Amino acid sequence: MKNNLFDLAGRYFILMGKVLSKPEKRSIYGRRILAEIASLGLNSIGIVAIISVFMGAVITIQMALNLESPFIPKYLIGYAARESMLLEFSSTVVALILAGKVGSNIASEIGTMRITEQIDALEIMGVNSASYLILPKIVATVLFFPFLTILSMGIGVAGGYVVCVLTGIVNPEAYIVGVQSDFKPFYITYSLIKSSTFAFIITSISGFYGYYANGNSLEVGRASTQAVVVSSIVILIFNLILTQVLLT
Amino acid sequence: MIRAEHIVKSFDGRVVLNDISATFRTGTTNLIIGQSGSGKTVLLKSLVGLHRIDSGAIYYDDICFSQLGFRELKAIRREVGMLFQGGALLDSSNVEENVRLPLDLFTSQSAEEKRERVHFCLKRVNLENVDHLYPAELSGGMIKRVAIARAIVLNPKYLFCDEPNSGLDPMTSVVIDNLIKEITEEYNITTIINTHDMNSVLEIGEHVLFIYKGQKWWEGTKHDILHTDNRELNDFVFASTMAKRAKACSQIHLDEP
Repeated sequence: MKNNLFDLAGRYFILMGKVLSKPEKRSIYGRRILAEIASLGLNSIGIVAIISVFMGAVITIQMALNLESPFIPKYLIGYAARESMLLEFSSTVVALILAGKVGSNIASEIGTMRITEQIDALEIMGVNSASYLILPKIVATVLFFPFLTILSMGIGVAGGYVVCVLTGIVNPEAYIVGVQSDFKPFYITYSLIKSSTFAFIITSISGFYGYYANGNSLEVGRASTQAVVVSSIVILIFNLILTQVLLT
Repeated sequence: MIRAEHIVKSFDGRVVLNDISATFRTGTTNLIIGQSGSGKTVLLKSLVGLHRIDSGAIYYDDICFSQLGFRELKAIRREVGMLFQGGALLDSSNVEENVRLPLDLFTSQSAEEKRERVHFCLKRVNLENVDHLYPAELSGGMIKRVAIARAIVLNPKYLFCDEPNSGLDPMTSVVIDNLIKEITEEYNITTIINTHDMNSVLEIGEHVLFIYKGQKWWEGTKHDILHTDNRELNDFVFASTMAKRAKACSQIHLDEP
């Protein structure tokens, strides 16, 4: 099978055409979306929370160590930690981590369905298998990832506060002042747009690699790895594009 | 009835099916047999539309199946049931959900009607009280029976079975074979079974098609197989010493005055 970039892109867009076609029965898709929110979204809360709290704490410590100057007010550490979480970490870094967790899950699940003929069985029944399997995952993640991003922002900033209290590296009151200063609500919007876009990228690319997996379990593993690698690269490219488009 | 006319199918220039024509009658168990790699699975998948044929035609009754567009193909597939080699049940759904899936997607029946139909089909394949079990909790024979129940839940006109006995013990194989035969006759379905299990051939082979190196090599009934002088078919069917002895015995009995 050809695997050059144009061939892959062509097959990806053809698959997306099938995925985004009109669903057979909306009520079935509604139920599947809820199930996917539980499977892909709610099950990711734990890892997002753990990563965010440590990320917020580390950013705060590093800011405090690097901004040790009598000319720089201490509250700027809280400000910088908040901006880092809002602008980049809670959307992009969390998306890269979810590309590993959710992306490999989707690619291996759909890939296994392919090699065990479950997808053929759906096709024989007259079901649009691409739409039935991938669309609910896309909708679920596009809707739920922004909540994970908001959660990550809150927990990350709280992680910074906790480290201030525990280590005394920065005065906690100064940190809170920094967190509250010069707040731009658009940064939240920008971050949510990015997280929804990244959710689409992760789910559609992982679905694509799983759907076209063939052969045996080795191929499913390979498809899963490719899904994570390609999703991560595309996320970084779109991060650059969206930052340029939305912030400049 | 399903009719294949001069089917040719190749992969990357390698011809796998070469000019195959056959008629599979309604209410009859039609068997496709052949060695591994002979092209029988490709033939079955071509007949069901999972492979697009290079040339020739496939007719489902009077409809030229191989020429159908996406929408028409989708419509006719709702009249098709298929039993896959490994069952192909959805791992994330339990038995009831697996069997109910076609009803959920293509009918407007109430939940109660669907439940009744699912239980009827499960009972028909001799399965009860397994609704809540997941495929991983079922035995090979049970998986095949659930897959049959799912295949017949929409009252199909055409039933395809890809090696229904693979991985099953001889007793369960006979149960599955007889179940398929009973369902075929009961619902007057056109059934095509792909197998290399000789017990199945001699048990339910009302119409047998032998594929050899991608070509139709022989056609007949289970009774004809015992008397054929087709060398390739004999080599295939009576490959084991036990089968050769069985054939010799049957011929002695037939030759007796």
